[in-house]
Amino acid sequence: MSAVEVEAGTVKGSYLTDGVTLRSWLLTTDHKRIALLYLGSITLFFFVGGAAAALIRYNLITPQGMIASAETYNRIFTVHGVVMVWFFLIPAVPVTLGNFIVPLMLGARDLAFPKLNLASWYLFVIAGAVVLYSLFVGGVDTGWTFYTPLSSNYARGHVVLTVVGIFIAGFSSIATGLNFIVTIHRLRAPGMTWYRMPVFLWSLYATSVILVLATPVLAMTLLLLAFERIFGIGVFDPALGGDPLLFQHLFWFYSHPAVYVMILPGFGVVSEIIPAFSRKSLFGYKFVVWCSISIAVISFLVWGHHMFVAGTSLYSALVFSILSYMVAVPSAIKVFNWIGTMHKGFIHFDAPMLYALGFIGLFTVGGLTGLFVAALAADVHLTQTYFVVAHFHYVMVGGMVSAFFAGLHYWWPKITGRMYPEMWGRAGALIIFIGFNLTFFPQFILGYLGMPRRYHSYPPEFAVLNVLSSAGATILAVGYLLPLAYLTWSLFRGERAPANPWRATGLEWMTPSPPPTVNFISTPIVTEEPYSYPPPESVQRHV
Amino acid sequence: MSLWLPEASTTAPEIDHLIIALVLISCVVLALVFGLMLLYMFKYRAGSDVDRGALADKTWRLETAWTVATLVAFFGLFVWGANLYVRLFQPPADALKIYIIAKQWMWKVEHAGGQREIDAVHFPVGRPIQLVMTSEDVIHDFSVPAFRIKYDVLPGRYETLWFHSDRPGTYHLFCTQFCGTDHAHMIGDIVAMPQAEYQKWLERNGTGETLAEAGKTLFMRYGCSGCHGGNGAGGNQSGSTVRAPPLAGLYGSPVTLADGRVVTADDRYIRDCILTPDTQRVASYPPVMPSFSGQIGEEDLLDIISYIKSLAPEKPL
Amino acid sequence: MSDASYLPHEFQYSSARHQAETAIAGMWLFLATEMLFFGALFLSWVYSRHWNQAGFDAGAQQTNLTIGTVNTAILVASSFVYSAGLAFIEVGNKRRLIQCCAVAWMLGLAFLILKFGVEWHDDFHKHLFPGPHFAITGALGGGARLFFIFYFVGTALHGVHMIGGLVLVGWVILRARRGEFSPGYHTPVAAVGLYWSFVDMVWIVLYPLIYLVGRGP
Repeated sequence: MSAVEVEAGTVKGSYLTDGVTLRSWLLTTDHKRIALLYLGSITLFFFVGGAAAALIRYNLITPQGMIASAETYNRIFTVHGVVMVWFFLIPAVPVTLGNFIVPLMLGARDLAFPKLNLASWYLFVIAGAVVLYSLFVGGVDTGWTFYTPLSSNYARGHVVLTVVGIFIAGFSSIATGLNFIVTIHRLRAPGMTWYRMPVFLWSLYATSVILVLATPVLAMTLLLLAFERIFGIGVFDPALGGDPLLFQHLFWFYSHPAVYVMILPGFGVVSEIIPAFSRKSLFGYKFVVWCSISIAVISFLVWGHHMFVAGTSLYSALVFSILSYMVAVPSAIKVFNWIGTMHKGFIHFDAPMLYALGFIGLFTVGGLTGLFVAALAADVHLTQTYFVVAHFHYVMVGGMVSAFFAGLHYWWPKITGRMYPEMWGRAGALIIFIGFNLTFFPQFILGYLGMPRRYHSYPPEFAVLNVLSSAGATILAVGYLLPLAYLTWSLFRGERAPANPWRATGLEWMTPSPPPTVNFISTPIVTEEPYSYPPPESVQRHV
Repeated sequence: MSLWLPEASTTAPEIDHLIIALVLISCVVLALVFGLMLLYMFKYRAGSDVDRGALADKTWRLETAWTVATLVAFFGLFVWGANLYVRLFQPPADALKIYIIAKQWMWKVEHAGGQREIDAVHFPVGRPIQLVMTSEDVIHDFSVPAFRIKYDVLPGRYETLWFHSDRPGTYHLFCTQFCGTDHAHMIGDIVAMPQAEYQKWLERNGTGETLAEAGKTLFMRYGCSGCHGGNGAGGNQSGSTVRAPPLAGLYGSPVTLADGRVVTADDRYIRDCILTPDTQRVASYPPVMPSFSGQIGEEDLLDIISYIKSLAPEKPL
Repeated sequence: MSDASYLPHEFQYSSARHQAETAIAGMWLFLATEMLFFGALFLSWVYSRHWNQAGFDAGAQQTNLTIGTVNTAILVASSFVYSAGLAFIEVGNKRRLIQCCAVAWMLGLAFLILKFGVEWHDDFHKHLFPGPHFAITGALGGGARLFFIFYFVGTALHGVHMIGGLVLVGWVILRARRGEFSPGYHTPVAAVGLYWSFVDMVWIVLYPLIYLVGRGP
């Protein structure tokens, strides 16, 4: 194939056309096709969870609650949490962007265990089907946190069915994490030492370590919960000698590291985009790398900060508070490093960069408000209110979802062989940023004023802020629907993409867009550090 | 729309100070982050030919500097928050106790003098109040935003929180741990009253029987007096054939357990003795007390505990 | 020469040896996840025992120490024999591999029969299943009940993993009979061996928790 043909990036001879039957897609072991299968499923779940969010904000427009039944509202916010956490936030970047890009970025031809990869998608789909079915037959009304004894003895919804779905999804996560760890250890291209790996790979490595170590604990927790509910075993029931706090410890031991599973890949994506669109090497590469690893380690040590008013001892509260401050330090360092990367760069404002910049702003707000709830005495006032809701939506939605969109736009040409329409991309990024702040900033104030979370109705003095928040949500919804529209459009009408439209560094850009099934015709050999953009002064001399 | 929450307890201003400090720090950091980003987005945009010059060398100095600065700031915040938290959850010894029993979806409140209320707590200003709380079913959370205080209310055990208000008024009481269908309706009023008015309220709402008096009746009915003796004088007296510890003067005193530990006989201890006596074996007494788990409801338990609290020692010290 | 570059391998690997080592690494990582899975159960067990010590001891005294100990010996022997089989195929002795795997398989089956066919049957007969007619009543009943909850949940989960192990060992035997293993290639034998030994390890933790703790003089 000549250089000109590689540049033009034709769709002939790529992984997309290598087999056109349904069977060739549903039984594929090609990591790139599996990534697309996942992308379809993730998008579906995002909109299911998003629909639930829309209903939540709709309900909260009036103090009495627009939705007549409190029980219905409770089931809606539960499904919002369950679907968004386990079927969108935890998988999103790893299974779509990760599955597609990791082998390419490593210079490998596929993941270590391609059949396991396909199995993980089927597990995900089955898990999702179980949860959607449970939603269909009435849903569950415990909140995504399933606290006992409410969920084990008193809840009237389909707890076991939902929990089974999440249990199966856990195996999908473990399989993906296992695959990534082994692949990164064993399938790096010749010359790619650990310190020559782009940060996206380090982030996914850290994410995968958390996935394989934390998810099994969730599996056991859910199993014990299911047994408690079905057989009344009593492990969490004080009347039978059990302890409801045991559930909370087990649950949060997984669920806190899980939030770092959600955000670390986002950090990785942003660490690729900022250098590419500043045309400059990542500032403090080794610091950023070790920050990712330390976040993964410390994340296992802070679960008790969800329990400062739960009935644990003063001593445990002190320990978990100081550790929670420790885990915030590496994230702060990353933000400083990204800004340091922009310093003296040549900044371009394409959609991926706008999303990445939005991420930095929104994540910083979310991270700072984490400091509020890590402060023990402040947490007493703010916990279980809308302050916490705003905090985690800033990091998860303002942060993680923005990062997902950033990565999706960045690698869209590589994945599909098409460019998305740039103007619409920038419009989407801007609308999301504005809509997001309008939706969630008022909730910080609501929380300080005392409005509890998970309330179907509320005292009238909270009405104005709730209306503001719901109004913002309509703008945010537009912002999320826009990419669905124009990205789909681009599949058919988008401009054909060259191999490296952003002139970025990284092995994934050294192969055609979209890539052939075997990724690389000949195995690449790595000789450079990552992000080896020319230093700014040398560029300027040429300009 | 009100953006103001009254500081109705003595500790509320301290918590507000901490929150304000956090807001200020956040504003400074955000100004730095957003400011630099916007500055660089403008100054170093691709088209601008501002002189970029050589990149800094030995950037690890900068990295170390901002890491250390962050660590120091965070440690300071931790100490501040922790210190206040510890004081928030150490009730003064002379606090007036009010008893809370939470159940789906209401707050049952009992005063020592026998006064009962639902979804409301009347209390006097000017002295510390300690709530002793338990749940009959799921986990709830007693929250008063105006006092900046909340704590989970668990089944099968007692949790406490305390507050001191000098500001008469009516404030929101919320349940803030999701507890099922009508969680959002498990709200009430907490009413701070001047001392004189509180006295009048107590008199108006008396049931004619204090908790301790009700407890005495239950103490007989459940057969406690059979082993512990009438008036809790202890076994081997008053005709009992069982050696059982005397209960007079028990409340608040140290107790030596069979495994050598010494614990203070507070509300939690007495409740555990009644429900799970084999976990609280007292030194030098036979482990023959039966468990009353599942037989005595939370309200009756509070009455019995109040009775035991009221027992004076047999001989004056 | 174990590199054996003529041996086939998947396209993303550089050699058969590269692939074999990667497969084993994957199995170790999978076992790490299993450790966290059972670890959460053991933690909950120990925590619950802390608050119900007397009751747990009362329950433990009702367990069948003889069967438990015999079963431990059976499992350890099974792991040992399987490992011998792995050693045999490393030097090319396919016949001994099949024999060792078969013995290991039958020992595993013996464990399951003793555990579920005999011991559980006895436990039900003695009303030790924590249902409405639970045998231990009184003050210690609650704790004993909880003990037996952990006993049945723990042994059931272990049993499920044993059954999975029997399927895997059976698969190894079938492939060995078809002549698929040699000194140059026997990765599935090693990987299954790791899993089988791990299931053994889980039992080594379960055994004292069930039969020994609380059964003091």
